[in-house]
Amino acid sequence: MHPASSIIVFTVLSGLGYGLAAFLGLGLLDPSAFATKVAYISALVLIAGGLLSSTLHLGNPRRAWRAFSQWRSSWLSREGVLSVLVFVPLAMSAWLCAMEGRYSAPIGIAGSLLSLATVFCTSMIYASLKSVQAWHTRLTSACYLLFSLAGGALLGSAFGVAGSGSASPLSFFALVLLISAWTVKIAWLRHLDSLKPLSTPESATGLGAVGRVRLFERPHVTENYLTSEMGFRVARKHAAKLRKFALLLGGLLPGALVFLVLAALLAGAEAGGAAILALMAASLSHIIGMLAERWLFFAEARHAVMNYYGG
Amino acid sequence: MTSLPALPTPKKLGLVIDLDVCVGCHACVVNCKEWNTGGYGAALSDQHPYGADVSGAWLNRVHSFEVVPEGGEIVGEAGEARIVHFPKSCLHCEDAPCVTVCPTGASYKRTEDGIVLVDEEKCIGCGLCAWSCPYGAREMDLAAGVMKKCTLCIDRIYNETLEELDRQPACVRTCPANARHFGDLGDPSSVVSMMVAARGGIDLMPEQGTRPVNKYLPPRPRKPLAASAGQMPKGEDTSGATGFFAWLDGMLDRI
Ligand code: SF4
Ligand code: SF4
Repeated sequence: MHPASSIIVFTVLSGLGYGLAAFLGLGLLDPSAFATKVAYISALVLIAGGLLSSTLHLGNPRRAWRAFSQWRSSWLSREGVLSVLVFVPLAMSAWLCAMEGRYSAPIGIAGSLLSLATVFCTSMIYASLKSVQAWHTRLTSACYLLFSLAGGALLGSAFGVAGSGSASPLSFFALVLLISAWTVKIAWLRHLDSLKPLSTPESATGLGAVGRVRLFERPHVTENYLTSEMGFRVARKHAAKLRKFALLLGGLLPGALVFLVLAALLAGAEAGGAAILALMAASLSHIIGMLAERWLFFAEARHAVMNYYGG
Repeated sequence: MTSLPALPTPKKLGLVIDLDVCVGCHACVVNCKEWNTGGYGAALSDQHPYGADVSGAWLNRVHSFEVVPEGGEIVGEAGEARIVHFPKSCLHCEDAPCVTVCPTGASYKRTEDGIVLVDEEKCIGCGLCAWSCPYGAREMDLAAGVMKKCTLCIDRIYNETLEELDRQPACVRTCPANARHFGDLGDPSSVVSMMVAARGGIDLMPEQGTRPVNKYLPPRPRKPLAASAGQMPKGEDTSGATGFFAWLDGMLDRI
């Protein structure tokens, strides 16, 4: 599948924003701290930026409001509805924190639940497509949710340390979630690598009873919407390198940084600029790793229609 | 509404495509484009139509496949490789995933005859329906930003201003080899249903669970080339010639 940058940026940024919002909603950060106020604003900015980017790939963005209507059947519509609904508790929580330095558990928890539900809907847009076998597994949703939470905990722990001047429980969550997310992601990759194609040129043409089927000629000599949208192929050697790159920047490096900060703070070190900087660097590294992970999520997935195009 | 009709549609209008007959001339492809660029909805745009990288939205395309039977590489043995021309347009699936994924309600299946359509006024051009279709039956119109697909020529088949003969999809009407047939596949006594029964019509990618309405008739078994080899010596034997040919045979022998 073609890795469209608007969709990659959208899923990474909004995923991170929702993850951060989910942790903020639990009230683990001191609402009177300045850093917590910044955290709330950052979550909203990340989510809004992601959503804006997602409209960039629409053919008719002016009609985007219509996408709220089919929540009964469409995961994309559900995602659209929730992504707007979630703004109500998130904006309220942000207001309470920024203006009054307060935290309200019911509003916060509603925001956390809706944030995770939105990420789940995003993941189901992909996981529900039978035509893209790599995505059509429950592991897809697990990956999206865990990566969103891991990123959120990571960024949240930077704000937490900055706000409280001491170790934040979020650093611990970040470590656990990074490990879980990558464990599931590696299972997802194993699943992808071991896939036996559900559909083949034989089943696509119904000619399997006659013999082995091979594309002889494409319908047109030039590319078309289908081949550019679904015919994207990434060379195996590049994919292997990028997988390592994603794991390194999206998992190992931020994990190591959080671990070091956590160990230092627990050993009694002062939670100064270095700790905050390290956690910020960990978050940034995680974002870059996630961009690579998401790029591969699309680039490595094969669409069933390629059985008709010899791909 | 992007929920599928709750009950099976009373009619299942669709196509039957005969892979034994299609010669791969692309006439249906061209006539489809011709009719639909001026018919239902936005024109079917092309990008860089006069450039090197021409592309555009087409609702019907013909692929060509090589089919190699078991051991078929050895000419004359188990049956040789053969070319099968393969026209493909929307199959108007009964369990159409392209309908349920649509966030706007633009993509729908008609309850009365099962035709799957896009309401272009509602389409936001998100492209998700094209992703969900395993057959590649939907293509985005990049100029209008809306999804295009085969309408089964809904503006022909019910069009009373056309002569009865022309109330068929453009591809069916134009096919010079008669490889495409249109009818109600929900009615077992229709001509198309009888063809499917007689020839063992098949579903494409049944494993995708889409239950396509359109059916494909597989190519008939072919005699291997070697089976015709016995015909060759007959050309040398003139003993049965009579009349003018006997005279000609005698004359030519004498020269
Ligand atoms: S062939 Fe594709 S576009 Fe047509 S109904 Fe089936 S899934 Fe939808
Ligand atoms: S491209 Fe149009 S018809 Fe297709 S899913 Fe999106 S809104 Fe619906």
